[in-house]
Amino acid sequence: MTDQAYNFAYLDEATKRMIRRAILKGLAVPGYQVPFASREMPMPYGWGTGGVQVTAACLAPEDILKVIDQGADDTTNAVSIRKFFERTGGVETTEHTAEATLIQTRHRIPEHPLTEDQILVYQVPIPEPLRFLEPRESETRKMHALQEYGLMHVKLYEDIARHGAIATSYAYPVKVEGRYVMDPSPIPKFDNPKLSGSPAIQLFGAGREQRIYALPPYTEVVSLDFEDHPFEPSKADHACDLCGAAETYLDEVITDDRGGRMFVCSDTDYCTGRQAAGHRGRLSPEDAA
Amino acid sequence: MTLFDRTLSQDAETPLLEVDGLTKRYGARIGCADISFDLWPGEVLGIVGESGSGKSTLLSCLAGHLEPGEGRVLYRGRDTVAMPEPARRLLSRTEWAFVHQNPRDGLRMGVSAGGNVGERLMAVGARNYGTIRAAATDWLGRVEIAAERIDDKPRQFSGGMQQRLQIARNLVTGPRLIFMDEPTGGLDVSVQARLLDLLRGLVREMGLSAIIVTHDLAVVRLLADRLMVMKSGHVVESGLTDQVLDDPQHAYTQLLVSSVLQV
Ligand SMILES: Nc1ncnc2c1ncn2[C@@H]1O[C@H](COP(=O)(O)OP(=O)(O)OP(=O)(O)O)[C@@H](O)[C@H]1O
Ligand SMILES: [Mg+2]
Repeated sequence: MTDQAYNFAYLDEATKRMIRRAILKGLAVPGYQVPFASREMPMPYGWGTGGVQVTAACLAPEDILKVIDQGADDTTNAVSIRKFFERTGGVETTEHTAEATLIQTRHRIPEHPLTEDQILVYQVPIPEPLRFLEPRESETRKMHALQEYGLMHVKLYEDIARHGAIATSYAYPVKVEGRYVMDPSPIPKFDNPKLSGSPAIQLFGAGREQRIYALPPYTEVVSLDFEDHPFEPSKADHACDLCGAAETYLDEVITDDRGGRMFVCSDTDYCTGRQAAGHRGRLSPEDAA
Repeated sequence: MTLFDRTLSQDAETPLLEVDGLTKRYGARIGCADISFDLWPGEVLGIVGESGSGKSTLLSCLAGHLEPGEGRVLYRGRDTVAMPEPARRLLSRTEWAFVHQNPRDGLRMGVSAGGNVGERLMAVGARNYGTIRAAATDWLGRVEIAAERIDDKPRQFSGGMQQRLQIARNLVTGPRLIFMDEPTGGLDVSVQARLLDLLRGLVREMGLSAIIVTHDLAVVRLLADRLMVMKSGHVVESGLTDQVLDDPQHAYTQLLVSSVLQV
């Protein structure tokens, strides 16, 4: 049931238009952070109000929505946002990547390849990749304008100096179409290659920091690195213990208090799909088929 | 000037910096007024004067940190006031260096010594970690910081070391011109002396031009070929350092020199 006290998808049409303008500008200038007047949403900032506003501005009644958090559809965060749009928009929802027309995500890009008919909306906590080393907003804006990105490599240099390798494993900085340096939100660097050349539209919303940025379909996205320390999209050196997938991003799960552990796909929909298709992992029940 | 002389001076190098009628006001208050001078390649110019006399204002205008109200600054013939900001910022991380009095203003305190030195290299496109690290190690050595301190943060360094790190960070890209605002201020006398020695060596070795602002006449005596004395925003006397200090013409310079002798 749609809650009639609200406009479709909660936000009023004027606000949606304002957000859509920011999105269109973001798509026109890939990787550039567009300021927008973020609205109060009836949920805490930590829940990704930026992503929720972008989703609300893009959502049409015929959309099929999927919401994932760390790859899972069933965390509190994912369930609450899904319920929010079921209630305020009456839209159909799904857990299947392939069925969704709009996917809001935190911390992952789905394993199932995306298509031209899909929009992926990222929740972004800190949109400014240079913030770590340069706290002054006036200065970071200038650095973007003038493409003064040496500082990004200072961050990677520090990583190698301290850890012997680039230890940044989440929110790994990228350069978009050879122009803007962008924070891809806290996805694992394993997902970075999927940012590049994606057929889907990718939108990034930061609520507290009031920024929207975007990657139009088939945008070139390159992860920053050094010649002698090239970017590596690493993952745990295991196969999924439930579905046997060798090429997916895995979560390590502690199974008992005696050091037992297992590795499972972080993308629960992908893993379930593979199991349903008969794939087996190291710890799959013998008689499950 | 004879025709012969003119030809000679044209064949010789042109000034690195030509300053003409430079004025900066803060509202109604004068920061510095009607400053004109030339700086030649390899030359070290000292600027002295009491607190509030406009030394830092002048230096900031020259280095492009402040926009002067009037006047011209030509660097190797190019107008640095009129040039677009990107060009000026490029100059300041390639051809120029700036050493601040407070190392906190000139260093990234959250970044290791190696990262501080490497930043300018990365800013101009260095993308090989090994090469950057080697250059940083080399430069730490040149400013007498042990190679094993390369991964320490500046806050683990003494004041003198921080200042030397700032110098290494600035010189790593081989600039032609270094601006310094009280580089030895706030340091112990013995530490000052060592830093000055080091600076003098580097300036000579690299053929650097320098403009150094200081309260301390001993500093200019040691480093500067030429001297400008400022008072209330104006240059009241200028000339060869030894001449100005040994035979000051202006009453204010005489006062300045005599007050040093009393110390
Ligand atoms: N940001 C500012 N706004 C207004 N007035 C300023 C500003 N900065 C400097 N001034 C004024 O300009 C004049 C010159 O100041 P400046 O800092 O250049 O002197 P200085 O010779 O470097 O002094 P010090 O030796 O104390 O560092 C002073 O009267 C000062 O009060
Ligand atoms: Mg000063």
